[in-house]
Amino acid sequence: MIPAFVPLKILRYGFRKKYPAERFIPKQQDLKKSYDVVIIGGGGHALACAYYLAKTHGITNVCILERGYLAGGNTARNTAIIRSNYLTPEGVRFYEQSLNLYRDFSQELDFNILYSERGHFTLAHTDAAVRTSRWRAEVNKQLGVDSELIYPDEIARLCPHLNMSDHVRYPIMGALYHPPGSIARHDAVAWAYARGAAKLGVEIHQQTPVTGLIVENGTIKGVQTSRGTVYANRVMQAVAGNTSVVAKMAGFRLPIKTIPLQACVSVPLKPFLDQIIVSGSLHVYVSQSSRGELVMGGSTDPYGLYGTRSTLDFKEGLLGHMLELLPMLGEVKVMRQWAGMTDMTPDFSPVMGLTPVKNYYIDSGWGTWGFKATPVCGMTMAHTIANDSPHDLIKPFYLDRFVDYQQVGEKGAASVGH
Amino acid sequence: MKVMNCPLNGPRNISEFAWGGEVKPMPDPATMGDKEWAAWLFLEANEAGLVREWWCHVPTSYWFIAERNNITDEIIKTYPATELFNTRVEFAAKAPSGSGEKK
Repeated sequence: MIPAFVPLKILRYGFRKKYPAERFIPKQQDLKKSYDVVIIGGGGHALACAYYLAKTHGITNVCILERGYLAGGNTARNTAIIRSNYLTPEGVRFYEQSLNLYRDFSQELDFNILYSERGHFTLAHTDAAVRTSRWRAEVNKQLGVDSELIYPDEIARLCPHLNMSDHVRYPIMGALYHPPGSIARHDAVAWAYARGAAKLGVEIHQQTPVTGLIVENGTIKGVQTSRGTVYANRVMQAVAGNTSVVAKMAGFRLPIKTIPLQACVSVPLKPFLDQIIVSGSLHVYVSQSSRGELVMGGSTDPYGLYGTRSTLDFKEGLLGHMLELLPMLGEVKVMRQWAGMTDMTPDFSPVMGLTPVKNYYIDSGWGTWGFKATPVCGMTMAHTIANDSPHDLIKPFYLDRFVDYQQVGEKGAASVGH
Repeated sequence: MKVMNCPLNGPRNISEFAWGGEVKPMPDPATMGDKEWAAWLFLEANEAGLVREWWCHVPTSYWFIAERNNITDEIIKTYPATELFNTRVEFAAKAPSGSGEKK
């Protein structure tokens, strides 16, 4: 065979109709007049919910309406960490279920999400933080979650790259060690759910903003979109960042403030950091992705904003602290930076379930923990929509817990100081 | 670096300020039920666009009002809280007997 013919051969092979390229979601069609369920938002949570509605509950006449493109909001902007070592029993149970779903995810959806178990270390730099770590570890163990308080000698053995010196501003005094802590490819999670849902008949409409909601006698009847009115028996909103704006169309207020959360990645490096390192006191979390980039996040912005600009303040704060933990990164360059708009609740727990509007459901308040909840959130919201009654795992996260003074104070949340 | 104009101290670095959240009309604490009080405390309009908020200049503990565009991240204007709040709020519980007179 003459080499010059090889490309032609490949070209011919590529054009053969016998092996068409796989489409994840079918070409966009016209919107139908009505659906059983309309989901506002096309991120990971919405797609997961649609998938479980179709798969578990047999509800396939479902339509997803996304203003931009699929999974382009916070699904694309998180730092892809998965763990279940929360503080409240409500949070631990919820996230343990999510972790279990993630473990089988690639098999169930036939899609490699690069799920990688790394071990998650929440560093403690003060006596108070050590105490909270012990508290979290005991709550975790009680609920069957692998979680342990460890001290500097063991931290040094498990994370040889960490600067364990006493001669820093905030020496490391201990760590909450959570071996099942993992990372996964966030886009793949959304695409897998999108493909899975579309195969079962769910319609996914991108670039279709919802402009209004039709509510009659306190019951949702449908939504207005840029492409016309769509009627629906049940509607869910999963639009973290814009939650209050959409809820306003439905006529209720939420205990949510929209605050940006920034993150960045370094240039790709050889694999050296197996662990996920988090410090609540220093507002640092860092892990190394499968591509070799260090994925770094810090605390939420100091004030609310409906915008996704990046700031130097954020990077100075984050990287200054990170260099204290990993001084050898001094010469490494930041490659990309971004921000996402997050829903922050006063108790750092989500707001999920029923709303004051009948047949209208909400999935919101994911300020600090959205990605790792994607599967369990889809599963429980699908159950909630199918039965018009909240799933047991999300009952504590009901909207009226604030006026009932039943908050779920979650000190295990990320990105916020405690 | 972003600069905010403090009505008391003049233009200062934004890192000197703390965000206090939106200005909401407070219900009368003496006549309020628990639920209405919680709603005032926790529920937010969380508007996108022009917002009126509490801000504090931390080094001087000075609280004031700022109007911002929270989509473009622009500070429109800042002014002393006395421009909005000029009457004293009475927090003392009213006597249980009698109808209780309004101030």
